This record gives sequence, C-alpha cells and structure tokens, in this order.
Amino acid sequence: MTDVDSRIDDIVRGNDVVLFMKGSVLFPQCGFSSRAVQILEHLGVDFASVDVLQDAEIRQGIKTYSDWPTIPQLYVKGEFVGGSDIMMEMYESGELEQYLEEQKVGRAA
Amino acid sequence: MPMAADEIEGLILKGIPDATVEITDLAGDGDHYAARVVAESFRGLPRVRQHQRVYEALGGRMGGVLHALQLTTAVPDQGARQ
Repeated sequence: MTDVDSRIDDIVRGNDVVLFMKGSVLFPQCGFSSRAVQILEHLGVDFASVDVLQDAEIRQGIKTYSDWPTIPQLYVKGEFVGGSDIMMEMYESGELEQYLEEQKVGRAA
Repeated sequence: MPMAADEIEGLILKGIPDATVEITDLAGDGDHYAARVVAESFRGLPRVRQHQRVYEALGGRMGGVLHALQLTTAVPDQGARQ
C-alpha cells in the first residue's frame, strides 16, 4: 500500500460516512459534488467531507483506491458506495436511506 | 477535446458487446452527456461493478476528456420497469 493509499484508508476507516468531493460542503466546486452533498443533507446524515482540490495526492489517489475514475465518491463504514449517479439512483429508489439505516450511521444534529 | 456521442456509444459497445446504449447530449454542447447502458451481462453484478465495466470500456477517458457523463446501468428486465 502506498503512502497515499494508507492516508485514504485512514480517512475511509476513520469516518462512518465520508464524501470525497471537489470543494467544500458550503461551496462545492462541481455540480456532481454539489448533488452528492444535497442528497446526504436531505437524508440528514452526519458525514465528513474531503476537498480533493486541496490535496493533489488524494485527488489522484482516490481514483485508484476504488478503481473509480470520478469524484465525488461516497464511503460508508469503510465500503465504497458509489459516485453521484449511483447515489442519485439509490436515493430516488429509497435504497440509500435504507442502506444508511442498516449501517446504523449517525444523524446530523 | 469533447467527444462525439457515437464515439462514446462505439467504445461502450466494443467493451460490452451485448449492451444497448442510449446517449443523450444534455446541453447540446457535445460535452455533457447522459448514457443509459442496459446489458444482460450486468445481471448479478453490483451497481458499482456495472458502472466500472462501462468506465473500463471507455478506456480511461472518463474523468479525463469525458468530464460530464451521467451514467445509469440496468439489466434488461429492470430496463422495462423504468
């Protein structure tokens, strides 16, 4: 495992729900990241976020970490769930809410 | 450099020969696409794997020249439902 892989691994394992995104939760820098944030906020999930634009190493590394070419990327309890399209599909079908409940993740205060 | 819709379709079909591919040019600018890929060979694969197969077919262009491709995947009977 490379340095950046273990850095990412620490983040993924250290947070129940973490979104790797472009920009911050308050100021997403990409429409897809913005959509991902909106979904999580709408579901009232307590989540951490990592702005890949602030860290070139993670921005590249996260693509190989899960063999997924795009950002945002959502991880729940250490598992890669998907990018914004999968999040939207799961959100619309109610699967995402159900999945988060099953995983017993925290609710936003 | 944006990609043409038929180029995207061609690459997906080359990588996933049993796929039915529908490309929509969302903004009419040749740069923002939606793709719907339905394939029997997706059956039993988790959604993440289905998307990865499409990304593999696109051979590294996703996230590069292809920034904005909204992707949905399905197996044929799911397709009928939507």
